[in-house]
Amino acid sequence: MDALRPYAAAFSSRFLLMMQYRAAALAGFFTQCWFGAVHVMVLAAFYLGAPEAAAESPLSLSQAITYTWLAQGLLAVLPWVGDPEIADGVRTGAISYDRLRPVDAYTLWYVRAAGWMTARLIPRVALMILAAGIVLPLIGQDQWAWQPPASLSAALLFTLSETLAIALACAIIMLINIVVVATLNARGVNILMQPLVVIFTGNLLPLSLYPDAMRVALLVQPFAGTLDIPNRIYFAALAGQMAWLGISLQVFWTVLFIAVGRWWLGRVMARLEVQGG
Amino acid sequence: MNALALLGRYFSASMRSQMQYPASAIMLTTGQLASTAIEIVSIWALFDRFGAVKGWSFGEVMFFYALIGISFSFADFLTRGFDVFGTDFVRTGAFDRLLLRPRSAALQLVGHDFRISRFGRFFQAAIILTIATSTLNFVWTPQAALLALWTVAGGIAFFSALFVLQAVMAFWTVESLEAVNALTYGGVYAGQFPLSLYARWFRTFLIFIVPLACVAYFPVLAILGRSDPLGAPDWFLPLAPVAGFVFLGLAFLAWRFGVSKYTSTGS
Repeated sequence: MDALRPYAAAFSSRFLLMMQYRAAALAGFFTQCWFGAVHVMVLAAFYLGAPEAAAESPLSLSQAITYTWLAQGLLAVLPWVGDPEIADGVRTGAISYDRLRPVDAYTLWYVRAAGWMTARLIPRVALMILAAGIVLPLIGQDQWAWQPPASLSAALLFTLSETLAIALACAIIMLINIVVVATLNARGVNILMQPLVVIFTGNLLPLSLYPDAMRVALLVQPFAGTLDIPNRIYFAALAGQMAWLGISLQVFWTVLFIAVGRWWLGRVMARLEVQGG
Repeated sequence: MNALALLGRYFSASMRSQMQYPASAIMLTTGQLASTAIEIVSIWALFDRFGAVKGWSFGEVMFFYALIGISFSFADFLTRGFDVFGTDFVRTGAFDRLLLRPRSAALQLVGHDFRISRFGRFFQAAIILTIATSTLNFVWTPQAALLALWTVAGGIAFFSALFVLQAVMAFWTVESLEAVNALTYGGVYAGQFPLSLYARWFRTFLIFIVPLACVAYFPVLAILGRSDPLGAPDWFLPLAPVAGFVFLGLAFLAWRFGVSKYTSTGS
């Protein structure tokens, strides 16, 4: 167990640090509510205006609404940008300290990213559940609310799948971090990530609502594992064997990205140029 | 030197500094173009699956989308100083220096920086406007063109007002407040769709409290030659962008109040 202690410490120190930013969490929550409300109203207008197309749609309106609130509440899980601490370290040269520590750099950065992500996630998702899952039904707006999971088994599978989504997102963030270390600049890769994440995770529109011809391609690409797969497991649009298929895809991408990341970080660190002084 | 000439100096200095790294400026602009253009894909997917929505075609929604995008890109270009005001001026104390100079602080903040990359959004919106024009077989009469310019002017005033209000809040919160992003970026998003898609409380909010609909929905109806399905009178539609300027005026009143209450944090 002693071998794991530095990583556990790195995780919890980052977690506790990020939990201090209450104002940022509130601001994020306000933005999530706004975007969630607009998304829900737009989806409802489309669904209610075309009952036939809505009946054929792979998601019902209430599923699409729950998807929207999940997508807003889980916004912090998505790999939007590289870890800003790594980018800072690259700029100031502080990254060389990480080379001196007697720990595995990949694992250390990975758990730090995980701490950074979960600490931003927890307050935001809690407030979102409170607003969209509890307050909305209480004021009689149940049809716009965040519905509970489809069943107990869906809830358990969702918990597993969401954990994997965090693992996968951290593996993607590590790839971004490595690009940042290799190119010494965070801005370019962060700008590139934003459109990819917005579309391919399902954040802007549930992936099942894109034209049917694209469905398989959208499901197997890696970003689906950070949001779309757990969401569909949540309301049992993916159930039984399909749910396990989705989870296997998440495992596959996570393992692949960690393997690629470890190999690549080793190469980059071997000829790292440190700046700053 | 008068205020306009001074702004011209600020502008050319900012352009020259960014043009020291032309490749970077081009890549950032392209990045903005790609990341903002991606939103139209999801709107297209919705129309592809469900067809017209409450009597609005994809071509018409592209019109709303394009004009709000053009308005926002200019406002974002002109008000960078207000956007970073909390983080770069209040927290660091750099605002003290602005106050010592014999020019208005607002003028100096407008001149603080003009980001070339903001034209990425402008270009993609202009492309969408061209596509919308040909989809709808829309004929740009001189009246329609003038009305579009007037709409964009009102939109620039409206979004600039939001950035100014964000800066005003920084007098008390010190940091730039991300919550305003819901109204700026979220406003662009909400303005991309016709107002009649929204619930009543949200429409009321977008007309009377944060008058986004007055610089997007109403004047675009007038450009398209449609009357409002919600029942706003036809004569009102082309006049609505005035609300953007009134909103900007109120924002600057708040700004003056904020400056008068300012106490330095700096060292």
